[in-house]
Amino acid sequence: MAAQPQSVSDVADGLRAVGYLPGESTALVSFLAARLGKPVLVEGPAGVGKTELAKALSKYLGRPLVRLQCYEGLDEAKALYEWNYRKQLLRIQSEQSLRAEGSRGWGEVSEDIFSEEFLLARPLMTAITSPEPVVLLIDEIDKTDQEFEAMLLEVLSDFQISIPELGRIEASTHPVVLLTSNNSRELTEALKRRCLYLWLDYPALEHELQIVRMHTPELSETVSRKLVEIIGMIRALDLKKPPSIAESIDWARALLLLGADDIDGETFTETMSIIVKHRTDLDTVAERVGVQIGGLAGAADPQTG
Amino acid sequence: MPQTHRPASEDGAPERPPGLPARLLELAEQLRDEGVAIGTSELLDAFSALGEISWTEREDLKEALAATLAKSAEDRRVFELVFDRFFHRASEEQALARDVREDGMEDSAAQIDLTQLRLAIAQAISQGDDGAMRDLARMAIAAFGRQGEGSGVIGVDVQRIRRALDLRSEARATDARDGATSAILPRESLRAFEGHLRRELERDAIERTRRLPPARPLSELDRALPSGPLQDLAAVHRVVAQLKRRLATQGHEHRGRRKHAHVDVRRTMRASLQTGGVPVILKYRPRRPKRPEIYVLCDVSTSVTSASVFFLSVLHALHDNFRKMRSFVFIERISEVTDIFERERSFKAVSDAIGRDAGVADVSGYTDYGRVWTEFLARVEDDLHPRATVIVLGDARTNGRDPRDDAFAEISRRAGRTFWLNPEPRLYWNYGDSVIAAYERHCTAFECWTTGQLEEFVKALARPDAHVAGR
Repeated sequence: MAAQPQSVSDVADGLRAVGYLPGESTALVSFLAARLGKPVLVEGPAGVGKTELAKALSKYLGRPLVRLQCYEGLDEAKALYEWNYRKQLLRIQSEQSLRAEGSRGWGEVSEDIFSEEFLLARPLMTAITSPEPVVLLIDEIDKTDQEFEAMLLEVLSDFQISIPELGRIEASTHPVVLLTSNNSRELTEALKRRCLYLWLDYPALEHELQIVRMHTPELSETVSRKLVEIIGMIRALDLKKPPSIAESIDWARALLLLGADDIDGETFTETMSIIVKHRTDLDTVAERVGVQIGGLAGAADPQTG
Repeated sequence: MPQTHRPASEDGAPERPPGLPARLLELAEQLRDEGVAIGTSELLDAFSALGEISWTEREDLKEALAATLAKSAEDRRVFELVFDRFFHRASEEQALARDVREDGMEDSAAQIDLTQLRLAIAQAISQGDDGAMRDLARMAIAAFGRQGEGSGVIGVDVQRIRRALDLRSEARATDARDGATSAILPRESLRAFEGHLRRELERDAIERTRRLPPARPLSELDRALPSGPLQDLAAVHRVVAQLKRRLATQGHEHRGRRKHAHVDVRRTMRASLQTGGVPVILKYRPRRPKRPEIYVLCDVSTSVTSASVFFLSVLHALHDNFRKMRSFVFIERISEVTDIFERERSFKAVSDAIGRDAGVADVSGYTDYGRVWTEFLARVEDDLHPRATVIVLGDARTNGRDPRDDAFAEISRRAGRTFWLNPEPRLYWNYGDSVIAAYERHCTAFECWTTGQLEEFVKALARPDAHVAGR
């Protein structure tokens, strides 16, 4: 399973096999990432499958996924490594009790307590030191501070970590790195420079239809198509939070559970809250799309009959 | 070395491997000219990426280059425009050099039925078939080249052919009475077809004149096309955040010179307990930085329609950043809209609300600056003080009415600083009914209709003479 992809279509097929339908550029950039060993910066609106891509890649490449979820105030100790302070204390105490028998100098002890044994590896460290190659996902990098970004640079460009007490730890294997960002703040040039760039947008109608069909094959083709068309209509409105792909799938599942064989005005108003999550948005959608659904249902009847 | 990667197939493509690095550098150069930051490391990445893919596939080549060169959504859009322009020109150049001509289409074009052509085009567009669209674009040009002479201006010809073919986009189709003959198409795909038409017309022109037209830099319009005012909003917000810092720090230089400070009686009494109730040590109240107070007057009349979205987004951003701020919109008379901005968070809601119930007394639709100044003075006269900043957004076109620059002088005398942001190019100032010169004596005026110029304004704020001139 742990395969080195040979061509772009290899990657596309592989991702499809693990349940992720990649777009043209997604497959190509994933391929380049695997071949060139460069990190990929994935940007795009929320819920277009940025994180999913990392999971799918890890499945396809047969590599474990190491995930670092970013948040404001994330620091080195949480992301990189930390000294296991308690264990170090214990070590020193046990040294004191042993001192009676053999006398060991402080130098020896200090060398001891700053060894890898006392190092707590955090996600980045884990990814670097892992004996087998991994997929490293740094999720929502835009949530962290610029200082943290600067710290990432060493990891991303050279795949190594400098620990003052130990020296440099270099990656034994080359991880595939994905960074995701919701574009809530501009990332630094230095970080972008080190990455390949992939912009994921909402998929085209046919593409999304395929995605929905793959996740809920039991839902009939006509209903799925209509669902995707409605989602497209809703995204065209100027909403606070347009429905994501994940929400399309949720909606499809809900319709399946309800046993709906068509999306008419009533079903739509009942299930609308699955795809629209803001009160003001709900009003807009009900007003603008809800009315059209009635017309759509009428037009769709001859097709289904 | 990246250059050592040589793909297997070496056919007669215009960009053969020996020339490719040079071509790529040219492309990078053009991208840099359009403001995409491309460093050497990006170029090296691009070369190594090209070694990994079969770059004879146009889409793959494009995506690989985009992933390595364009590092933001904005850059990506510019990249796509430049990439198309670049490779179109490159292949035309080669065709010229080798004297390749495409003909044989004209004869068949004579027999094409217009209706058939229209249907074929509509089908190709709805299927998104690029190759077919290109061929049909050639046919359409051939068919219409016979009917009448082209205007010579490509943009005009494209629209002429589109109209003659009766191809309508969805948005304009509402008034279509007979859906049978006119083809109604999604706007995006129609635009793609227009792109083909444009390219083919360009190719024809090149074949006729046997030389390449000068390379045209992307216009502001090209870049701005897919983005509405909502996207520019982010840029405006960034610039205004800078403005806030500038205004805040400017207060500080004056604070240092102020000699007096208020004694904090409570803390002095407490300190005096150490000395037996004798206030030996005086405690002062901390000097708090004064928040700048801003008054913004924004012209929303028809003469500045194009700029008013920009103005409103500036207002919106200002409100995001400053607590103590009052904003007014005016046409013939003035109307305060501070509470609308405080109530509504989204830009769209704000502009709708202002359009609907701001109560802009709009009788004739013409700006009356004289009246606006007197009304403004009457409203805020007592509140204006030297720490206040007044910013006017308008074109200073009085429609022949009394400019009342004396009233404006009074405003700028009472306020600490007065700025004027004019959406017109400096060339048009004082031309026609523009009386900006009369006002410029009392304030500092800036030409401002893009975020770039807004940034200039913010920079100018930091220069020490900028606010002195306003006094």
